[in-house]
Amino acid sequence: MDALELLFSASLWAAAIRIASPLIFATLGELISERAGVLNLGIEGIMTVGAFAGWFTVYQGGDLWLGVLVAALAGAAFGLLHAVLVVPLGLSQHVTGIGITLFAASLTYYIYRLAFPEVTSPPKIEPFQPWPVPILSDIPFFGEALFRQTPLTYLAFIAAGLVGWFLYRTPAGLAVRTAGENPAAVEAQGIDVTRVRMLAVVAGSALMGIGGAFLTLSAFNSFYFEMVNGRGWIAIALVVFGSWRPGKALLGAVLFAAFDAYQLRLQQLAGAFVPYQIFLMLPYALSILALIVMSRRAAYPRALMIPYRKGER
Amino acid sequence: MRLEPREAPSLLVTITYPALAILVVLVFAGFLVSLSGANPFSVFGLVVKGAAGSQFALFETLTRATPLIFTGLAAAVAFRAKLWNIGAEAQLYMGAVATVVFGTGLLPLPAPILIPILLIVAALAGALTLLGPTFLKVRFGVDEVVTTLLLNFIVILFVSLLLEGPLKDPMGMGWPQTKKVIVEAQLPKLIQGKRLHFGFLLALIAAVTVWIINTRTALGYEMKAVGFNPRAARFAGMKVDRVMLKTALLSGGLAGLAGLSEVAGLKGNLTLDLSPGFGYAGIVVAMLALLHPLGVVAAAIFVAGIFVGADAMSRSAQVPSYIAQVMVASALLAMVTAVMFTRYRLRWK
Repeated sequence: MDALELLFSASLWAAAIRIASPLIFATLGELISERAGVLNLGIEGIMTVGAFAGWFTVYQGGDLWLGVLVAALAGAAFGLLHAVLVVPLGLSQHVTGIGITLFAASLTYYIYRLAFPEVTSPPKIEPFQPWPVPILSDIPFFGEALFRQTPLTYLAFIAAGLVGWFLYRTPAGLAVRTAGENPAAVEAQGIDVTRVRMLAVVAGSALMGIGGAFLTLSAFNSFYFEMVNGRGWIAIALVVFGSWRPGKALLGAVLFAAFDAYQLRLQQLAGAFVPYQIFLMLPYALSILALIVMSRRAAYPRALMIPYRKGER
Repeated sequence: MRLEPREAPSLLVTITYPALAILVVLVFAGFLVSLSGANPFSVFGLVVKGAAGSQFALFETLTRATPLIFTGLAAAVAFRAKLWNIGAEAQLYMGAVATVVFGTGLLPLPAPILIPILLIVAALAGALTLLGPTFLKVRFGVDEVVTTLLLNFIVILFVSLLLEGPLKDPMGMGWPQTKKVIVEAQLPKLIQGKRLHFGFLLALIAAVTVWIINTRTALGYEMKAVGFNPRAARFAGMKVDRVMLKTALLSGGLAGLAGLSEVAGLKGNLTLDLSPGFGYAGIVVAMLALLHPLGVVAAAIFVAGIFVGADAMSRSAQVPSYIAQVMVASALLAMVTAVMFTRYRLRWK
């Protein structure tokens, strides 16, 4: 099979959709938070927490869906910590976010080592199995690419739709968007900006936690050190790429994942001539490239990273 | 609930809140330690003993503090100008790469000439690594946080490529590592027979130099002004973009020196585990020091002490050594909160 033919294989796109799933959760989570005016650099750590919490719940005998729930709650807890520090207290969102990432990841590793002091290869769990959607999965090409995925992947796409609906079709969504553009206008409506922002960060962090859990419950079936591997930072780039819109962010995540899936296959074709590290670099380089292209016309939420104090303009 | 600026924080306030922050971190760490079944009080004793309980421990702590002073300064310099350089890890590795490229026999020069050359190339390699993201920031408005973070991953892969390719030591038994630097390139030991090396002295010199730049030069003033309010700085006639680029050169250069110091002073060659996250820990060091260059030295020794002490403790008390990273990260969060409370008063109404 040559490099071009690969692009039209259903298995490539099936892999792309799979690789995109955790990124979709994480990107949506970051998007909600930034739309409310809060940058959440805790994302990488929060995904690590989610990955571990979900896996550990299932390892302890919990149901897979319970694992997802626990991962969301664990993510939300660290989101709440970030929210308290940066919203009412107004601390630097950069510094706090990096602090949350370091704190969440190291705490996870500590607890992991407490639970498994000596193991080199961590125990495996029975992960989510592919669940072919009746009828739809029989469609040629699209069926194989889209509808023979695990339930969490379907949930990622549903979440993108829900987030879009919430942000653009509900009063609460309007409040979130306005909190990131013009918080004083939210206050003028009699809505508490602090509460809106904190809820957005917490809800977004819950999604990040699920994104992490996808890695342990759906993609791999165990927890490894450094397994999030920059996916959180890539999600932040995807938010910019998607111009803070859920639909575009979803598209960005799938395109990005398609590229990632493609380079994995190219690696097998050209691995003998090109060092594998070059291929592994490509996703990060692509993220930077996407940032360069999109940043020129990026419409950042105008109040992003600006603390809001009641009554001050 | 709202925050109200304090007019002039009293000495009591300035001391109480940071002390409370340390207490919170200790209680939290104590709780985590007790989860492992060990006695928190005896464990903290072991940490202190492991970090400063003997001459050996003390030298070990200072050795570990050396790269942290460099990366802490790198973060402090950049953050002061609100240049969010989260990529000290990448800059450190590029400094290390430059050190092995020029220090393993390419330049057969005597030490007094070779070492200054290595200092320059390592600093330059680190500086150029940060210059890219900074250029993208000032030219295209690309957020430097994400680009510097992503570059960390790219550079590590690049180093891995070098270690398995062009820079691989043919005598390395297949291990991905470079050749050792030549004798003339090695930084001398500060004390015969100890691991503490000349790099520590260089780090102290760097801290004093940054302090002088901050307080005595136009650039230092401009960096502060740009960080405080870029629009006002521009209005006052400062070339904000140029100040940013100079800040990047200084910050990246300092992180590059961390790489040189680890290779030429301690390890002798470059491997993929040269830095166990010195770049990220540097951010914590800078914040604990409130971005003050001389404070960075103290904060780096403190953080290094926690790492060295926790390593020793973990070996004897069966507590996972990740406790050190948890303490350092929670200290960062607790300290920025505490500092905020020294400046603002919380009013419930």
